[in-house]
Amino acid sequence: MASAATADVTKQSAAPGWGQRFFSLARTLLRRPSHALGTLISLLFLVIAIIGPLLAPYGANEQIVADARDGPSAAHWFGVDTLGRDVYSRVLLGTRDIFTLAGIGTLLAVLIGTSLGLLSGYRGGWFDELLMRFFDSVLALPALLLALLLLGTLGPSRQSVLFVIVIVYIPIVARVVRSVVLSVKTRSYIEAARVQGESSARILFREILPAVLPALAVEAALRFSYAIFLASSLGFLGVGVQPPSPEWGLMVNEARDAVSQTPWALYFPAAAISLLVISVNLLADGLKHVFQMDGER
Amino acid sequence: MTAYILRRLAFLGLTMLLTSLLIFVITQLLPGDVCRVILGREVGENALEACRLDLGLDQPAPVRYFTWLGDFLTGNWGNSYSTDAEIRPLVMERLGNSLMLAGFTMLVGVPIAIGLGVIAALNEGKAIDNGISLGALAVVGLPEFVTGILLIEILAFRLGLPANSSIRETATFAEAFPSLILPALTATFVLLAYVARLTRAGVIEELKQAYVRTAELKGLPRRTVIWRHVLRNAMLPTITVVAISFGWLISGLVVIENVFNYPGLGRLMVFAISRRDLPLLQAISLITVLGFALANLVADLLYAALNPRIRIGS
Repeated sequence: MASAATADVTKQSAAPGWGQRFFSLARTLLRRPSHALGTLISLLFLVIAIIGPLLAPYGANEQIVADARDGPSAAHWFGVDTLGRDVYSRVLLGTRDIFTLAGIGTLLAVLIGTSLGLLSGYRGGWFDELLMRFFDSVLALPALLLALLLLGTLGPSRQSVLFVIVIVYIPIVARVVRSVVLSVKTRSYIEAARVQGESSARILFREILPAVLPALAVEAALRFSYAIFLASSLGFLGVGVQPPSPEWGLMVNEARDAVSQTPWALYFPAAAISLLVISVNLLADGLKHVFQMDGER
Repeated sequence: MTAYILRRLAFLGLTMLLTSLLIFVITQLLPGDVCRVILGREVGENALEACRLDLGLDQPAPVRYFTWLGDFLTGNWGNSYSTDAEIRPLVMERLGNSLMLAGFTMLVGVPIAIGLGVIAALNEGKAIDNGISLGALAVVGLPEFVTGILLIEILAFRLGLPANSSIRETATFAEAFPSLILPALTATFVLLAYVARLTRAGVIEELKQAYVRTAELKGLPRRTVIWRHVLRNAMLPTITVVAISFGWLISGLVVIENVFNYPGLGRLMVFAISRRDLPLLQAISLITVLGFALANLVADLLYAALNPRIRIGS
């Protein structure tokens, strides 16, 4: 009897079916032009990240010495840098760099942060207290400072940057998830599930997690945009991904010395970073709107 | 109020203790032999051993932590691994430069940002609001190094300002002023977007309150309603925002100082990283975190002073 009632509740909450629900959310997301634009450009970059090598006319470090310092033309859409590398190809190939660093970094931070947040909010007690105090002390360090501190010890490399993004964003994600857990934990449907003797794992994943997902989607999009920012800033400072990688921040840094000769080598990657960050920001804004969290920051 | 201040101070001490432990753990316990880094690869085992003894690396980690913290508190910050120079004078001098830049930025940027936020909020939904909001969004998307380089390209030559802000070590504010303008302008953009957006949200929230309607219905001119009632209440959260944005500014300044070659803490930090100079890195981190924590403390105290509910309620 009791289990039949639970099954009923679960069925009701997922009534319209996941597919249908997804399409109705997507439609809301695309309704405003700015949100639609942000979403589409973000997706476009994702596609470039996946199939970039097929589109790029040259290799990332292929040197066409004869064309070195050429401005944008039909042969080289974004021009050629001082070493004779095709900037268009490098920007396309660099998309994958940013997506693997910022994307996988955000994904790992979200997965670990969500688990910790769920556990911390649901269990409470000393575990919660200890973890939150620890996260407080991590967050007492400004994000870039923590990143630099870790890189200073690990040494600059692609793996270090990935690790840094994960470490910097876990506490932030965990806090967001925890606060949602705390607010739904005392709702009657959770009480009901507990009284019926459902296991903690089942309550966490079947009852609480769905309530966390909207806030998590928004947070993940925001984290992703900051991660792009962070990864390219580290590249620019020369302590992130190392040459000759076509990472955008690094490209901007390398092009600085020759900015008067080959300004295109600087402006195109800089524009790519800005366009992607703004698009992901708009996407995050749209998600906030979709889940009716407009009032919150 | 005294009890509140004491509680906040105790909390600050605790946070600093935990954070110092975190900084120590990160810089000491992660892989990489410090002596190998200092002396290079081709050095014999004996020299490495002597170096480890010299740096006290044979001691257990907790002992090293307390020695390090004690030394730091008593002003004995040790010498840099890479240049062998004394760390404290170096860090203090760079801190002064960074604070000069940060202070100048806050002084110029915060009023502009709050002003724009208020203007946007009072014209909610109109063209001017959309313009400000869109501009803020675009600026948020521009990394500091892109903004900085763009400003150099657009303004430096035209206004006759130095693109390279490597001021002399002992420069006074008046001497340094021309070099400060472009970096401060870049940093202002970081603040602008963030503070303006949050101020706008705060004012819009306040405009919806019942007392605003009451004030308007009893016939107060709109100007009085806004200045005397709305803004006074809306400024409370803004104070917190400014303190938070100080943290953003710290991160932003690290990048900006490197764009402009400005001799502040941020550039010193990147130098310390490229040389894997751990004691220097530790000192810079601790000082920066302390500054950040103090800014938060000041914000909390201001907030409490302006809002009796906080200091009496808790």
